[in-house]
Amino acid sequence: MPRPLSQPLPLAGERRRHRRRAVLLSAAAAILLPAAAHALDATPLQFDQLYKSFGVRGYEFSDALAALNGKPVTMRGYMAPPLKPESRFFVLTGQPLALCPFCQSDADWPADIVVIYLRSAAPMLGGGEAVMVSGRLEVGSWTDPETGFVSQIRIVDAGFRRA
Amino acid sequence: MKYVAGLCIAGALAFAACAHAQTIYPLDRAEILAGAKFDLKVEFPSAPEQGAVKVTINGQDADKALGKDATFVSREDGGDYSAYWIRGAAITKPGKYTVEATAGDRTASVGWEVFDTGAPKAKNVILFIGDGMSIAHRTAARILSKGIVQGRYGGELAMDDMPYMALVSTAGTDSIVTDSANSMSSYTTGHKSCVNALGVYCARNKNTLDHPKVETISEIVKRLRGMAVGVVTNTEIEDATPAGMVAHTRRRSDYNDIVKMFFAVQPEVMMGGGSPSFLAKSTPGSKRTDEDDYIKKFEQAGYKFVSTKAELDAAKGAPKVLGLFNTGNVDGALDRMFLKKGGVAKFPDQPDLTDQVKASLDILSKNDNGFVLMVESGRIDKYSHSLDWERAVYDTIMLDNAVKLAKDFAAARNDTLVIVVPDHAHPVSIIGTYDDDRPGQQLRDKLGVYAEAGFPNYPPANAQGYPDKVDVSRRIAFMFGSYPDYCDTGHPYLDGENVPAVAGATKGTYVANEKYCTVPAAARVPGNLPPADAQGVHSGDDVLLTATGPGAEQFHGRIDNTRVFRAMATALGLAPGSGK
Repeated sequence: MPRPLSQPLPLAGERRRHRRRAVLLSAAAAILLPAAAHALDATPLQFDQLYKSFGVRGYEFSDALAALNGKPVTMRGYMAPPLKPESRFFVLTGQPLALCPFCQSDADWPADIVVIYLRSAAPMLGGGEAVMVSGRLEVGSWTDPETGFVSQIRIVDAGFRRA
Repeated sequence: MKYVAGLCIAGALAFAACAHAQTIYPLDRAEILAGAKFDLKVEFPSAPEQGAVKVTINGQDADKALGKDATFVSREDGGDYSAYWIRGAAITKPGKYTVEATAGDRTASVGWEVFDTGAPKAKNVILFIGDGMSIAHRTAARILSKGIVQGRYGGELAMDDMPYMALVSTAGTDSIVTDSANSMSSYTTGHKSCVNALGVYCARNKNTLDHPKVETISEIVKRLRGMAVGVVTNTEIEDATPAGMVAHTRRRSDYNDIVKMFFAVQPEVMMGGGSPSFLAKSTPGSKRTDEDDYIKKFEQAGYKFVSTKAELDAAKGAPKVLGLFNTGNVDGALDRMFLKKGGVAKFPDQPDLTDQVKASLDILSKNDNGFVLMVESGRIDKYSHSLDWERAVYDTIMLDNAVKLAKDFAAARNDTLVIVVPDHAHPVSIIGTYDDDRPGQQLRDKLGVYAEAGFPNYPPANAQGYPDKVDVSRRIAFMFGSYPDYCDTGHPYLDGENVPAVAGATKGTYVANEKYCTVPAAARVPGNLPPADAQGVHSGDDVLLTATGPGAEQFHGRIDNTRVFRAMATALGLAPGSGK
């Protein structure tokens, strides 16, 4: 079996390429998905607030994160290089994945990723683009039945715009 | 491989196997320890029916010769070949064996040597692997650790100060250049394998876990002799070198399966990084695809689980220990002790390799039947891939400190074979010094060669053998022979491990990491590797083995890597009827 967090999406990506793709996609990407309804009462969440520890026995969610479970949030991050030009989900990372610090034999995701499930499929940006996401926070292990991708923190019913 | 089939006659040195010949595993010229298990597999092209094939060993039907039933798989995995299998076979009588596989008018044959070992000479074996450790790493470690004045070193490395030495060739069944999986597999099984494979021959099976297996030294010494086994590394414990002690897979990245294989073999000591594949899928940070909690499973099997140096120190007296000290690789000596970069902030109490070896020897030496301990300094290789030689050399010094401990342990008793060997080389060399005080603006202006190189000005090493300052004004010019596009700063990477190249505009290609290109005097170096490579690669050069203790006299001249297994097996007298 593939390792769930290392296989589904490649980490390749570099700013120059992203800029070019972003130009191609700019018309689509400029459409602000209807996130405004959430944004009004949504709590801004930051990457350094997700976990309180990254231990050998597993990571621990922060109390703040647990308290926001099921509530509307907004989050700024970077879209990881997507698999397809249009998708219902993407991975949000705290740092752009254009720089690959883990070019060892097995490329790997950073520990603190958030998986974004959109309300409907949307054109993706090039990997490494800064985006603002809003939607409902979901905390806890979940395996996507379609892709097998295991996630711990998700924003669902989400919309996003470039940030 | 010897193929005899119509016009298709090829000698032992044939590079291109005949397309229509049967393939027999173990391959031609295999050296098999008497009594060690292996899978016999023959692949018959064109998918003949069972009645049309015949496999013999020294003229006798193979199933009868091995005393085990054969299975025949027509069109295995839907392929255009049929497979003949005898799994888990063993030959106890030493000697030469000829295996013939016939289908119609086509016959292929291979020769095996089943070797005896004689009586045990050693009770214990300690095998040190300097992953990717090449001559230049060794020389640089000696310069930094011992100092050099007027061409004479201030002392010997523990790994150099050994009575026996051999040049080891590392090629695999598929290539002149090996990786850490098949190279380690040669040491632990005595059989050569192919890139990315562990404890198997590389056959045509689609499932990575189905390839023909060969028994590892851990399995052999536990099964035959009730010995204890230790697997100690500073990489992820599932990484190729430690996995080579227990694993059977065509694909080294099968981490979750490899954890299962560790659990099946149950080495008494297991230490390294790589905890995510031990955690149940629902635990944040897990990389498993099932709900198996392997930390719990090992605890239930009697292991003391430790995750820091303090916990390891407190585990004295435990009969079995599982130590996982990082989610990824344990940080290298330069980061842990001096620069505090890498993952040190997240994991502030990671043990040193010497702490791990000390604890391992305490535990393993309690077994009256002896032990086999494998100790890897694994980031010598990883830091060489990232063209970060200072980190690689500090971890070479760390390896030497660990070797010193083992030598001290062995010196007090004449029953322990200690081997220090790299698994493969990197293309690295020392060509002079970079001196900041040399005139000029470019990096090459700062390079002194021959007499201009002189000696570097690292401060004397501390009690552990490390200079406490690595960014001195006159530094070793340590060159890499393979590289992607990158910017060479000529300085150590004080802010964290070097990332020489980043993904390029074309998918799957890499370009220089511009972060380093603005460093004063940095040289922009066009890559000499295929654009798909982000890092330096291994080289096919031979590597240097040193050894001491009973059985070490077997090492001399040039040997194939498989001979390391044979020498360990011989020292321990593992063949049946060898008097133990």
